[in-house]
Amino acid sequence: MHPMLLAIEWALLIEKAVLILIIISLSLLIAMYETYAERKVAAFMQDRRGPSRAGPFGLLQPLADGLKLFMKEEIIPASSNRLLFVLGPGLAMLTAMMTSAVVPWSSHFELFGRTISMQIADINIGILYIFGVVSMGVYGVMIGGWASNNKFSLLAAIRGASQIISYELAMGLAIIALLMITGSLSLKTIVAQQQLGHYYILYQPLGFLIFLVCAFAECNRTPFDLSEADSELNMGFHLEYSSMKLGFYLFSEYINVFISSAVMATLYFGGFDIPFVNDAELVHRIGQNPVAILQAVSLFLKVVCFIFFFMWVRWTIPRFRYDQLMDLGWKVLIPLSLLNMLATGFIILLRQNHWHF
Amino acid sequence: MQSLTSRSKTVERKPMTMWERMYLPAIAKGMAITFGHMFHKRPTVNYPEKTRPFSPVFRGLHVLNRDEEGRERCTACGLCAVACPAEAITMEGAERLPGEEKLYREEKYAAKYEINMLRCIFCGLCEEACPKDAIYLSETFTPSNYTRKSFIYGKENLLIPNPVTQPDEYAKAREDRGKV
Repeated sequence: MHPMLLAIEWALLIEKAVLILIIISLSLLIAMYETYAERKVAAFMQDRRGPSRAGPFGLLQPLADGLKLFMKEEIIPASSNRLLFVLGPGLAMLTAMMTSAVVPWSSHFELFGRTISMQIADINIGILYIFGVVSMGVYGVMIGGWASNNKFSLLAAIRGASQIISYELAMGLAIIALLMITGSLSLKTIVAQQQLGHYYILYQPLGFLIFLVCAFAECNRTPFDLSEADSELNMGFHLEYSSMKLGFYLFSEYINVFISSAVMATLYFGGFDIPFVNDAELVHRIGQNPVAILQAVSLFLKVVCFIFFFMWVRWTIPRFRYDQLMDLGWKVLIPLSLLNMLATGFIILLRQNHWHF
Repeated sequence: MQSLTSRSKTVERKPMTMWERMYLPAIAKGMAITFGHMFHKRPTVNYPEKTRPFSPVFRGLHVLNRDEEGRERCTACGLCAVACPAEAITMEGAERLPGEEKLYREEKYAAKYEINMLRCIFCGLCEEACPKDAIYLSETFTPSNYTRKSFIYGKENLLIPNPVTQPDEYAKAREDRGKV
């Protein structure tokens, strides 16, 4: 074999490829059932029954919806920019999926004499990577709205873009306060620091609140779904989209909800740490692999709770007006997060000084 | 400005208090309400599997009745057609021939009896007008269909099965159509 090929660590490559495959298909599956869950939750909160015809309890509803979207006529408006029009939904989907690369889904497995990390890439700038990819998500919205060559789409896209950019600031500031405590940008390290119930929500409650609100805004979810405001802008930036291109936009929103839930769970709720249990002790008792599975389940449960919370909020709170949205972002959240940052810094300094002024 | 009614009230526009402006307590309250609704009883009736009972005065699809010997009651007097405000009923009378006494109760019968279900307003005046107890409004809907023509119901659709010669069908029809 060529010496160049030998230099590549094939086992690692295969291991990562399998992991990527699993995580991508899992996030697609979860996004599918999020649409179902959304409809069920909405129904239950409005004293209805929700989808119940396709399969037992309507469980096949997402498949039927997907099939419907595939079968629909695909319309590309004559006056649109064809390339950008197709690129928009693809970009939205791509950025939604890419974020999952740095989230640690579990500790590690020991298989075939190898330690298999359950994180696609443990890069030391994990959080920065997430921010980078998330801000790329604006392009999906912006390109889609622009390429449609429609006033409403453009208006919605501008709203969406300005909203996402404004809330990214507050989100970043909220994270900085967290990073001052962790001292690391790697998500794996942050999770490792949160073992034994030292969850960062306890140290950063205000930071978490700000992050949560910003996460809603970043995902374009109610009460910040101005960019797709059905009542005033028809469908917002994806007004001209049809068939699976529309499906991609809707899907990317649900994947975003899933990923941001995972990120929130990782940053503030201990990630894959099993609550009320000493993980390291458990490894001694029942071995690494079962614990890794339990940890993945624990993270998954936390994510499900967050997803439910996203839906719960969506079916409770009405949409903000545009000026209210900007007021909240710039006049409330950013000052609050700055304050949070200052307070955190103050306390850290005090602690380093052994509580002496 | 002078108010138009004695019940008008001026809306109070006090500036919101700090607690109200924080917005979060209000959100928590709202979310508690929606969460509570998840456990409420759902009033939904799963329609095709389960039907809601009709009220006792419900008027649905028409039925042409027979007497207990299975003879058609209708004598094609036309009173129902006259009473009908929507002009949905048309009929043609015919004379009963010898040997048809088992089919028709009186000497005259309806050779053709048609109700246009798209015109009918289900007021029940035909039922009231009938001197022979021949027409009744049952407790079923008119089933949906694709053509207008199919909504003109003839005798073959309206007439109830013969209780003497087809007792099973008769029982089933009575059950399907509720009160007759």
